[in-house]
Amino acid sequence: MTATQEPTQGEIGRDRRRKEDQRLITGRTRWTDNITLPGMLHLAMVRSPFPHARITGIDTSAAKAGTNVVAVYTGADLGESQGACINAWPVVPDQVTPAHLPMPSDRVAFAGETVAVVVARSAAEARDAAELVEVDYEELPAALDLKESAEAHTNGGALAHPDLGTNVSAVWRFDSAEAGTGGDVEQAIAEARQDGIVIEREYRQQRLIPAFMEPRSVVVDPTGEQITMWSATQVPHILRFALAATTGVPESKIRVIAPDVGGGFGGKLQQTPEEMIAFAVARKLGKPVKFTETRSESLLTAHHGRDQWQRLTLAATKDGHVTGLKVDLLADLGAYVAIVGGGVPVLGAFMFNAIYKFPAYQFQTTNVLTNKTWTDAYRGAGRPEATFAIERLMDELANELGKDPLEVREMNWIKHEEFPFTTVAGLEYDSGNYEAATARAKEMFGYDALRAEQAERRSRGDKVQLGIGVSTFTEMCGLAPSRVLGSLNYGAGGWEHAEVRMLPTGKVEVVTGASAHGQGHETAFSQIVADRLGVPFEDVEVLHGDTQISHKGLDTYGSRSLVVGGEALVRAVDKVIEKAKPVAAHLLEASADDLEFSGGRFSVRGTDQGMAITEIATAVFAAHNLPDGVEASIDSEATYDPVNFNYPHGTHLCAVEVDTETGQVRMRKYACCDDIGNVINPLIVSGQVHGGLVQGIAQALWEEAVYDENGTLVTGSFVDYLLPTAADTISFDLDHTTSPATTNSLGTKGVGEAGTIASTPAVVNAVVDALRPYGVHDVAMPCTPERVWRAINTGGSGGETTEAAAPHFDESEGAAQ
Amino acid sequence: MTRINLTVDGQSVADDVEPRMLLVQYLREKLGKTGTVIGCDTSNCGACTVHLNGRSVKSCNVLAVQADGGEVTTIEGLAGEDGALHPVQEAFRECHGLQCGFCTPGMIMQTVDLLAENPSPSEEAIRLGLEGNLCRCTGYHNIVRAVQHAAGTTEGASA
Amino acid sequence: MIPAAFEYVAPTSVEEALAALAEHGDDAKVIAGGQSLLPVLRMRLNAPEWVIDLGRIDSLRGVRDGGDHLAIGAMTTHHDVGEDPLIHEHALLISKAITHLADAQVRHRGTFGGALAHADPAGDLGAPALALGSTFVVQGPGGTREIPADDFFVDLFETSISEDEILTEVRVPKHGGWGAAYEKFVRIAHQWPIVAVAAAVRMEGDTIAEARIGLTNMGSTPLRARAAEQALAGQPATEEGVAAGAAAAAEGTNPPSDLNGDADYRRHLATVLTRRAVLAAAGRG
Repeated sequence: MTATQEPTQGEIGRDRRRKEDQRLITGRTRWTDNITLPGMLHLAMVRSPFPHARITGIDTSAAKAGTNVVAVYTGADLGESQGACINAWPVVPDQVTPAHLPMPSDRVAFAGETVAVVVARSAAEARDAAELVEVDYEELPAALDLKESAEAHTNGGALAHPDLGTNVSAVWRFDSAEAGTGGDVEQAIAEARQDGIVIEREYRQQRLIPAFMEPRSVVVDPTGEQITMWSATQVPHILRFALAATTGVPESKIRVIAPDVGGGFGGKLQQTPEEMIAFAVARKLGKPVKFTETRSESLLTAHHGRDQWQRLTLAATKDGHVTGLKVDLLADLGAYVAIVGGGVPVLGAFMFNAIYKFPAYQFQTTNVLTNKTWTDAYRGAGRPEATFAIERLMDELANELGKDPLEVREMNWIKHEEFPFTTVAGLEYDSGNYEAATARAKEMFGYDALRAEQAERRSRGDKVQLGIGVSTFTEMCGLAPSRVLGSLNYGAGGWEHAEVRMLPTGKVEVVTGASAHGQGHETAFSQIVADRLGVPFEDVEVLHGDTQISHKGLDTYGSRSLVVGGEALVRAVDKVIEKAKPVAAHLLEASADDLEFSGGRFSVRGTDQGMAITEIATAVFAAHNLPDGVEASIDSEATYDPVNFNYPHGTHLCAVEVDTETGQVRMRKYACCDDIGNVINPLIVSGQVHGGLVQGIAQALWEEAVYDENGTLVTGSFVDYLLPTAADTISFDLDHTTSPATTNSLGTKGVGEAGTIASTPAVVNAVVDALRPYGVHDVAMPCTPERVWRAINTGGSGGETTEAAAPHFDESEGAAQ
Repeated sequence: MTRINLTVDGQSVADDVEPRMLLVQYLREKLGKTGTVIGCDTSNCGACTVHLNGRSVKSCNVLAVQADGGEVTTIEGLAGEDGALHPVQEAFRECHGLQCGFCTPGMIMQTVDLLAENPSPSEEAIRLGLEGNLCRCTGYHNIVRAVQHAAGTTEGASA
Repeated sequence: MIPAAFEYVAPTSVEEALAALAEHGDDAKVIAGGQSLLPVLRMRLNAPEWVIDLGRIDSLRGVRDGGDHLAIGAMTTHHDVGEDPLIHEHALLISKAITHLADAQVRHRGTFGGALAHADPAGDLGAPALALGSTFVVQGPGGTREIPADDFFVDLFETSISEDEILTEVRVPKHGGWGAAYEKFVRIAHQWPIVAVAAAVRMEGDTIAEARIGLTNMGSTPLRARAAEQALAGQPATEEGVAAGAAAAAEGTNPPSDLNGDADYRRHLATVLTRRAVLAAAGRG
């Protein structure tokens, strides 16, 4: 199935510099917070300091008297006009889903929840007045610890929402024996206990914060016929739907614009309370309003990601063939079931079996409500968690067998000649070649030389040990076939829409329902259209992110833009060509059957006669000479619903140096070979991989959202929530093998999440590999120096993070100057 | 209100400002220089980096009144009057040193400062020189390439 | 992100600044480079009624040769101190520490005196200033007084500068010919140190004649590792000799426990980093 990439024809495969960059490198950008409208008012939120409390009184009188304060509203004041924050995916029919008002009036369920909003003529005055709002709270017991919260209904423990009687929102289960996709996992485990190997582990997926660089911002202008909302969102179309569905304002009266959006990584696919509050306030006052969060507010209230406990049982034969995998998850939803919410662990359910041929598989997730910030999709959404678990287990199995971790993987993975392959989780993988990707990764990495160095350092007893980590991965992306989503009870489809407008001057406007926030759609989509339509790259303009221009779409997440949105685009382009053909035949006085289209021209076979498609666009615009019955337009649109998910894969190899004296882990080398099918723009692809790698590496080494016993987010600023800098990371070695996807015309596969999914286990496997001689078999994430040091010196996986931050910005300093 | 006079991107400006107004807020709200952005509140992210009197500073960490009498260059004043890009801007595009672009103004302004101080930095010096600027998209790989490219120490990006 | 409103005054002389401080007293905060104060104000952890800006007092800038010491004006930026050839020659430890301090932008704006007066025990300048036996010159209504380094740092964010005084100068005794190293331990480059060790060493042949060691973030103030200093004096500058001396580095410390490490881990780090810093300062690192 593997093919060397064919010689690039025209634009596809070309490393075009991005169209987006000119404005971004000159500061000519339109971030939401840059928008200023006449008479615009500013909002400041008053937020609960408690994770769980009854609101017994709110005194807004002092705030209302503040300079240039226009209004102060509580949840009671806004009432139903606020709408509601929706959950789009009740994963089971009887899912326990607490009502989620953007601004509650009676009870707060996490620290940071908004209880009042101040509206003033300037942002400074709004903030000044917000300090004057006095809220009386009666604290309630808070459900904080995930494991304890999961049991609270059995032992009288704290409930995140007392009226619900339980913290368990849903229990979702897949069993290959029940589904008919494989055998009985319990039997496989029982057999392995008798005469094989059973590996039982519990891993922690710590809570992370997406931490996109642009804080969220929303502007609402209620003047004019449509209420216009600009928002730093990944999902303008979904947001418009949710606004209409929950406020009663007709969808046709709402326009949502996502202007330049500074990153998302899943963190901006939410319908946020702040957007709903801004919408309600603007409608109430009839004036434009803006709310821009601070970074601290963003870390506190924008949804978090991951946060699972994973209980895993792997059964294998004595020679290392895996016979079964059982997965039992606890997933922390936080205080509310977010828009994807409990669906995130379910997205992982199909991926624990990864690239392997496991005969039996069982997955169960228990989704738990707690009094913490809600969680939802963060780059990879369920799939990094799954990949981490299985790739850690495969290393443990290799260690048990005393075999090379790559050898054990190869024993179990799907061979390239076995594609298409239906997995034990019921998915059909269309194409791939794990052997080829692994061979290339090993070659780039210098695997054998590094293993030799490792052995040498071990024998020398070097204080700095070398660890080599392996991770293979595949993922299901390109969300998603609507029928599959329907069968999983998801509340929407997974299609995408595109439109191609042929302008009379020869330029081409392309409208996509995908909504970019850094991915480079303007460039990659231009390449696709230029290539297929035979027009210059520069003449293609990609329009997106405005529901009045791109009226139909399902936005950008889940590595779907190219494989779903790109395919919609291909089909729209093909329709343009089809519509142009009779016009061309008419103008060229030839039979349509004698025309061929290539390089942007229709030509009459066997003659030198021809006509550019752009000339046809001009002729259609004039409409002076069209064949009878042909409409005066060759513009076209297409809505594409994928027939399958999309399965990129790759092999990642990581070498780390562990300073055994301090526990410090340093990246030494990282090489990966991803197979993402055909590549439209290799420059953009490599950028996606680099960025993904660092986010995944950051989960392994640095990032963790930590709450203290009072339910306060301790890592509430960039001082304590540790994003890596340039000085903490290294340059990467990347390459690609190419097994074109067979389920879309371009043969492409998603790349947005690949790096993140594969890199986390590669790094942790490397850390553990370095420490095997010390009897260490796990280090909890993030693998902080302290954890590594403790693992070396006292065993275990390194212990819990102390829930306190250093007071660098304490207010009590004396003569600071 | 305090009267301030300064030169921003070559233009003399004068305003009455509240002393509490940060330089970044002054640039954005009073002057409409929205190319300079705010990414955090603890001066970790560096997105707001501008040059004040020839050196890079985080404009969230300077009061507008402290900049009185000074000369400020923002991302919007970096290109030539004819619109010709500064070599560092060009290098960021050439090497795909940006994705969402939010950190980019700060990255570019810090890079210009870094190269003024050290025209041929090693990869390590580049990485350390950018430690005050956070990027969430690029993994820094291509940012480092861009700085090297601007310094003339590497070719353009390779995928 | 927006500080509470305050009044602002930018005196052009120390005398004017002292007058402003006398007038507004408790309601005022003095701002130097502002790199620590402005985040505090932005997050409204503090809301002074007056801010007195020392940035217009030119006499507080610059590094001067004071004979047996260097006099560093309190308003000299970290960048300028770090680049100063006198500092390189006579107080190498300080320039070493400054290369690790915060980031380039902060070093361009933050000031030597401001950072020391802020007295964050995790700040990078306290330990080297202490180790080199600096003297802090403060000026108040009654004139100037000199505070020895050992008396300067009182507690977390607290120094012996009185509320009506301003730090004007830091005098660092010359340590020409001393080797120096600053070992800073962080998880992420832009963090404050989890622990750092500032070491200056005077060698006689292969023997450590004298060592001066300051510890960052090992208690509520910067600390001298005196037990280690004593143990190291006269030791050969070998891995074993230095390790033996460095083992005492955490003696008498009271480090915090937080997200980045518990106290016992920090004590361990202090000994490892002291060994490394001393070896590096001795040219053996």
